[in-house]
Amino acid sequence: MNLSMSSVESLVAQIHGLSSNIGELTQLRNYLKQCDDLLRTESTRLAPLLTELDPSVHSLGYLYILEACTSAPISKDQANKLVLSVARFINVCAAEQIRLAPEKFISICKRLMLQVMLLEDPMRGVAPLLTSIRKLQSSTEQLTTLHPDFMLLCLLSKCYKIGLSVLEDDIFEVDLPRDLFLYCYYGGMICIGQKQFRKALELLHNVVTAPMPIISAIAVEAYKKYILVSLIHLGQQFATSFPKYTSSAAQRNLKNFSQSYLELVNSYSTGKVSEVEKCVEIYKDTFGSDNNLGLVKQVVSSMYKRNIQRLTQTYLTLSLQDIANTVQLNSPKEAEMHVLQMIQEGDIYATINQKDGMVRFLEDPEQYKTCEMIERLDFSIQRIMRLSKKLTTMNEVMSCDPSYLGKVGKERQRFDYDDFYTVPSKFTI
Amino acid sequence: MEPEDNAAGPVIGDEEIHANGRDESDSQRHRPIISGEQLDIEAYAALYTGRTKTTRLLFIADKCGAPSMELEALRMAYDEIKKGEDTQLFREVVGKINGRLGPNYGLDDAWADAVDRRAESRKDKLENELNAYRTNLIKESIRMGYNDFGDFFYAHGRLGEAFKNYVRTRDYCTTSKHIIHMCLNAILVSIEMGQFTHVTSYVGKAEQAVDGLDPVTIAKLRCAAGLSHLEGKKYKLAARKFLEVGPELGNNYTEIIAPQDVATYGTLCALASFDRSELKSKVIDNTNFRNFLELVPEIRELINDFYTSHYASCLEYLGNLKTNLLLDIHLHDHVETLYEQIRNKALIQYTLPFVSVDLNMMANAFNTSVTGLEKELEALITNDQIQARIDSHNKILYARHADQRNGTFQRALQTGNEFDRELRAMLLRANLIKHDYNLKAPRKY
Repeated sequence: MNLSMSSVESLVAQIHGLSSNIGELTQLRNYLKQCDDLLRTESTRLAPLLTELDPSVHSLGYLYILEACTSAPISKDQANKLVLSVARFINVCAAEQIRLAPEKFISICKRLMLQVMLLEDPMRGVAPLLTSIRKLQSSTEQLTTLHPDFMLLCLLSKCYKIGLSVLEDDIFEVDLPRDLFLYCYYGGMICIGQKQFRKALELLHNVVTAPMPIISAIAVEAYKKYILVSLIHLGQQFATSFPKYTSSAAQRNLKNFSQSYLELVNSYSTGKVSEVEKCVEIYKDTFGSDNNLGLVKQVVSSMYKRNIQRLTQTYLTLSLQDIANTVQLNSPKEAEMHVLQMIQEGDIYATINQKDGMVRFLEDPEQYKTCEMIERLDFSIQRIMRLSKKLTTMNEVMSCDPSYLGKVGKERQRFDYDDFYTVPSKFTI
Repeated sequence: MEPEDNAAGPVIGDEEIHANGRDESDSQRHRPIISGEQLDIEAYAALYTGRTKTTRLLFIADKCGAPSMELEALRMAYDEIKKGEDTQLFREVVGKINGRLGPNYGLDDAWADAVDRRAESRKDKLENELNAYRTNLIKESIRMGYNDFGDFFYAHGRLGEAFKNYVRTRDYCTTSKHIIHMCLNAILVSIEMGQFTHVTSYVGKAEQAVDGLDPVTIAKLRCAAGLSHLEGKKYKLAARKFLEVGPELGNNYTEIIAPQDVATYGTLCALASFDRSELKSKVIDNTNFRNFLELVPEIRELINDFYTSHYASCLEYLGNLKTNLLLDIHLHDHVETLYEQIRNKALIQYTLPFVSVDLNMMANAFNTSVTGLEKELEALITNDQIQARIDSHNKILYARHADQRNGTFQRALQTGNEFDRELRAMLLRANLIKHDYNLKAPRKY
């Protein structure tokens, strides 16, 4: 059936007319849903319609039409135009309107990402996707399907700082578990790139311990990186046993896929750099094919750091020669380089006396007496109070949940001793 | 006893440095004779009776490494066995001697066969008697019958069966004396067999029969308990048990342990595991234990030296005693551990009163090199047994006490961070589970 000019005009008229408030918008949405098939069949002819609509005012209608337009396969030269138009739309659209049709919005964003990758210019997609995330989220605690795509673009375009800024938000609501896994995995990689190992560990930990009925490849890869980052950040305190809340599928199967990594953990626990290097040599190919060689090299250098840190616990001053001997470095010069690097990165507090070839280890100068420290404490306290309140509310909400009560109600006693009437054994609303 | 030397304040000038544990009158102090010479086997063996004498002699022969001593021990073992009736052990000893002691100490088949035949006939006789008693159902006689059987098997070296028979008398014991008799026999056999779990349980049983206990028996039981703790490497408990043994023990328990052993085992375990106050109250001021200590003057000197911080001489005594202690059947496996623990304690005690310690002087006090000492101290510091840090450049050890206030702040912040992380992860997981649950179960409300 051909789209006659009248139906097109009526469509535009509807959009114009019904875009002022939320009641009309829902009406519009239902209407647009009905026209969806229509729009799809006539996708090639819809481009001129867009010029008649104002994206910031008629976001919903514009969205539908735009989505139908772009659903057709596009050639490479048109890709550029597409990217520009979608990006422009994302920038100016009204957030409340597009939230009424989230699937459509998500699909055009995904198309944007696809085109940007085809054009091999991922950086063009970073800013639009960031805006789209902020507009789609109902609160900063919500994870959308666009989050992992955004992370991926940041990784590919090496815009780590923007990625980090999005990672700062705490996530509490998730639509699809798969989104969370991908988000945490990519986020972990970004943090590793920025050497923020604690945050990376937290994100990867969430993937590994998330409830999952069967394990996925994401979890396996995340576990491998988790092991390596734990070695770098925690050293020998890394425990290969899973916490209690890990899903049983993960507990049973994850270790089978990461045997070479567990071997690395064993060699690390001996405390000898030569052992670790030997292990790396043996499994070089596995590490390489997982793209983890860089991390593995960092694990080896973290071993030196740990050994030197242990020396600070027993010695006040130590000659560079002795350090080189204990930590199995080749010469005092190398020892000096390592110590210098550690001082610069803030891993230890020390002074090097080059005349005597001695290193003097100092105490942590932090006295916990400054105003900044008090502020930090205060901030932490506030934050934890907020979190606790959130936990209590969640607990209350759950205890009113009908399905929970239904399950619990079956297990209660027949007679409630506090009250004098019988308790129904099956709790029904 | 000389008072301890204590230096208060940091090391300043030479005149202020005090040597811990040594002063100028040291050279004139009368040093008693240290018995570091080779063990006098005859004297040693004379301390014991019964089967343990043979076992100990065999042990010495195995471990001593000097052929003259070995042959001496084997000769005495041979003589001892010939007085008894254990042909199995006899053949073993002859095998070990291997003809080296001449024709008088060869395999005397005639004697062995005679003993075996006697044994067979005695066994039959005992069995008949026991069956008779059993049909008559006289409790006391049955008990005596089983007891005799146990004694018989014990004399012939069949320890497992001896144990079984002794334990069978349990059902026929009527008075506490009987129970104690049974327990003591069971303990004897278990110690010979090396099964110290049984020892502990039977000591417990015997101690419950309160009215049958006289001081000698109590002392015996405490010795046995101490031995089983020693084997179980529980040195503190072993020390306590040995120190509680009363002087009534005398020579009444030589089939297991000599009073010299009580002194040695008790002191060594106490030195390795007690802290200073316990050492003073339970060992040095213990009048009962003093009787035992008189029997082994070296050990007494050892302990006094340790308490008065004369570590060099204390460790010297220990070193001299080591070879002889390694020949003791019960102490053999524990000598190394005990010595290490005593040495560590000495090191820790040396550094405890000071803010700073010169490593050169300390190395002198312990008769070791500075590098060796540094390594030992490093191990102790890593294990958190000494709170100090080493200034490797100037070779000084500085005491270092953790700043409580900073530590508390650090821990508080850290706990807060961890709580934060855990809570957020938990809320996230709860959300995931809820989501899963919602997917799986679209309910009808």
